Amino acid sequence: MSRSFVEDPAEAAPGLARPVGASPDPAPDPAPGRRVDVRRTLRFLVLRPGLLLSVVVLVLVAAASFRPGLFTSRDPLKGVPTQNFRGPSGAHWFGTDELGRDVFARVVHGAQLSLKATLIAVLVAFVVGGLLGVVAGFVGRWVDDVLMRFVDVLLSIPALFLSLALVTALGYGTVKVAVAVGIASVASFARVARAEVLRVRQAVFVEAARSCGSRWYSVLGRHVLPNAAGPVIVLATLDLGASILAVSALSFLGYGAPPPAPEWGTLISEGRNYLANAWWLTALPGLAIAATVLATNRVARALDGEWSRQR
Amino acid sequence: MRGYVLKRLAQAVGVLWAAYTVSFLVLDYLPGDPVTAMAGAGMDSGQVDPRQIAALRHEYGFDKPVLAQYAEYLGRAVRGDFGNAVTTGRPVSSTLADALPQTLQLTATALLFAVVLGGGLAVAATYTRRRRLRQLLLSLPPLGVSVPTFWVGLLLVEAFSFRLRWFPAFGNDGPRGLVLPALTLAVPTGAQLAQVLAKSLLTALDQAYVETARAKGAGRWRVHLRHALRNASLPALTVVGLLVGQLIAGSVVVETVFSRDGLGRVTAAAVTAQDIPVVQGVVAFGALVFVTTNLVVDLIYPLLDPRIVVASGRRAGVA
Repeated sequence: MSRSFVEDPAEAAPGLARPVGASPDPAPDPAPGRRVDVRRTLRFLVLRPGLLLSVVVLVLVAAASFRPGLFTSRDPLKGVPTQNFRGPSGAHWFGTDELGRDVFARVVHGAQLSLKATLIAVLVAFVVGGLLGVVAGFVGRWVDDVLMRFVDVLLSIPALFLSLALVTALGYGTVKVAVAVGIASVASFARVARAEVLRVRQAVFVEAARSCGSRWYSVLGRHVLPNAAGPVIVLATLDLGASILAVSALSFLGYGAPPPAPEWGTLISEGRNYLANAWWLTALPGLAIAATVLATNRVARALDGEWSRQR
Repeated sequence: MRGYVLKRLAQAVGVLWAAYTVSFLVLDYLPGDPVTAMAGAGMDSGQVDPRQIAALRHEYGFDKPVLAQYAEYLGRAVRGDFGNAVTTGRPVSSTLADALPQTLQLTATALLFAVVLGGGLAVAATYTRRRRLRQLLLSLPPLGVSVPTFWVGLLLVEAFSFRLRWFPAFGNDGPRGLVLPALTLAVPTGAQLAQVLAKSLLTALDQAYVETARAKGAGRWRVHLRHALRNASLPALTVVGLLVGQLIAGSVVVETVFSRDGLGRVTAAAVTAQDIPVVQGVVAFGALVFVTTNLVVDLIYPLLDPRIVVASGRRAGVA
């Protein structure tokens, strides 16, 4: 869906012109510590209230998906029919829906489904794309050509269409939607992984390891992969936000978990039927999605900046 | 130049062929049994007549080996024939052709909005000297790429249709009905465009030619638009090429939200009904749009930037 073109170095022009060189962030951050240093990390966060807030949001979402009971004691599936269509209030933070179910409880319980789908999607993209890229970059020659042409083809089909085709073939359900979304973003992972492997492969220490008589697998595992992993991991955090959006769009279209399940996209598509008289059914769950995606993107940007400065 | 165009055309055809092959593999080969799915697609009850399955199997050629199927499908697809839609029985090509004008109208308007709003945002953010304003403007694009499209659409409907009653909430009628859907579709596209353009504008403003232009006494506005923007627009153009396919795909969500007829609705319905021929046609069309726009973008580059010399097989003489 909406991939960011700025943070992603692999999205370079597929034709003649390349972007006029990527400039560093407009507001360069003061250099943070290289190793994980608790005090420095804290100061780094405190200096950036937005980043701190993003981390808090992510922690809350993660907590909600593992222990929804911490946030609400209400049942997401059983409602009190006499209390339907109540607006947001102290008792029901996000109001209640047509069956009197508490929308906040549904959003909290839905975090698990949506997050699970997102993680599967990113994992699929990371593993498949990373593997393609590493093989292409490390083996080189015709293998590289074949694999990268394949990746170009994947890029030529709009991501949502590719996901929809996969959903048509695989069927409905949270996991299948997640796999479909993951496959659709394999291409960018493959490109970044390949670019990094190519870059590292030419480093002096790799040549040294080779000339010392290391086997190819130990060169790959010890020297190339650890040094090439960084940008791919940053891409994975960036892809997290995009995957949340893609998964929720597919479940909004009705291809996710079947209706009583409170998946985020499904919640909004149900609430859409009562748009005219109950705005909170669509607006507030959507706010949860938007906040989560914003938070992951902000954290990804911070990681990205740090990685680029580490080199 | 002609050699270059021919080479790019050949590449485009190659990518299209490969995209079709991928969609064939995914849609016709991956499902355990597409025929059962298709036979069940048109009707409500689960009971499927075995004879009907056999007939369908024969009609779609599933009783032949995979390679023969592929050759036959490819041969027909080249001629624009994607078979008949399972649910309606109409040819896929005419189903898509009927739906296309609505969607093209929507995506063209959305692209216009995205370019005007996203480009305007980037220019304004890099032009202003007020730090606060610049920060505010530059924080909008990350927001735009983080909000779900369908949610934006529903909020717009809520605000401008139900509350203010400025625009109709649903349907295809007239230019007034086009505003909200196009705006919705333009949000993520415009945001990505603004991010890229702002970044390349900032880079361009640091270049020596900007300094030169300033030293020669050109006004700030003129330097910004005539010198920096023209050079900075190349990466943005690349992104536009990549985003057009995304706009077409985005119509699936937007047309569902606004209950508009068009390619997106047809696609959504086809996926719901597991109408494989239609989905295949849509995927092929998406790839066609992507390949065509990128071809066009590549051909526009030399017009925007005369320094770009098309490097086909032999090096064009720059020396």
